[in-house]
Amino acid sequence: MEIAASKVIFYIIAAAILFFALLSVTSKRILRAATYLFIVLISTAALYFLLNYQFLGAVQIALYAGGIVVMIIFSILLTSHAGQKFEPVSRLKFFASLLAVLVGWALSLWVILSHPFVASSKEAVEVNMDSIGKALLSYDRNGYVLVFEVISILLLAAMIGAIVISKKQPGDGETNPDNSKTSK
Amino acid sequence: MMGGLALQDFLVVSTSMFFIGIFGFLTRRNLITILMSVELILNSVNINFVAFNYFLHPEAMHGIFFAIFVIAVAAAEAAVAIAIIINIYRRFKSINIENVSEMKY
Repeated sequence: MEIAASKVIFYIIAAAILFFALLSVTSKRILRAATYLFIVLISTAALYFLLNYQFLGAVQIALYAGGIVVMIIFSILLTSHAGQKFEPVSRLKFFASLLAVLVGWALSLWVILSHPFVASSKEAVEVNMDSIGKALLSYDRNGYVLVFEVISILLLAAMIGAIVISKKQPGDGETNPDNSKTSK
Repeated sequence: MMGGLALQDFLVVSTSMFFIGIFGFLTRRNLITILMSVELILNSVNINFVAFNYFLHPEAMHGIFFAIFVIAVAAAEAAVAIAIIINIYRRFKSINIENVSEMKY
């Protein structure tokens, strides 16, 4: 019975991911779109928990659902009115995008479903905090210390860059919002 | 392996999610919703990495580390993108991409 249970849970999670992802890119209200994105990210974390990767699921919830979505909601509240609705995109653009996406989707699915993947029969390594921490800081064959250092520098650079970019420059407040239109 | 589930199940979900993200990226006109579509795309790539790790190389942890690094890069990218969006809003009083065409001409 346990075999069927994990399959049922997977299909529920997959349906939630696809349904809310579709709502998230088609919703007319921006705050609702952010909420749907939040549900998609949480469902992805559930998928990781289903595969028994607890650490990755926790990272997904903490960083994506807790960090990025909160940041997106803050910037939505800073830059638009909560009840604002989008104007629909032009029909030509809508159908052109839909066609491009459907063709790409069908092609990828065809490649995936026709390729015979051979599941490995090797014994699974136990993934826990201990093994992840050791691999992250080791410099032997399966170590990731170089990537770890590069990521730390990237995060520092992104932090400084974000502060410098969003800092208010003197004279910024006086610029005419219609500048873009008159300069055309 | 995991009760009856195959690698293809996960790949179908992540591929569909990827192309939903592409669709949002192409049809949205608001910079923040475009950023949300990019997050969807990055998230689907993560599912791919994790599923490949689980089904094809369970003896190693490479897929997990790639997923963790993608999450870190996505966080950095979102921070910089939101800083740029707020700066654009301050300058043009709008984050609609049709109004932000100063550098186009």
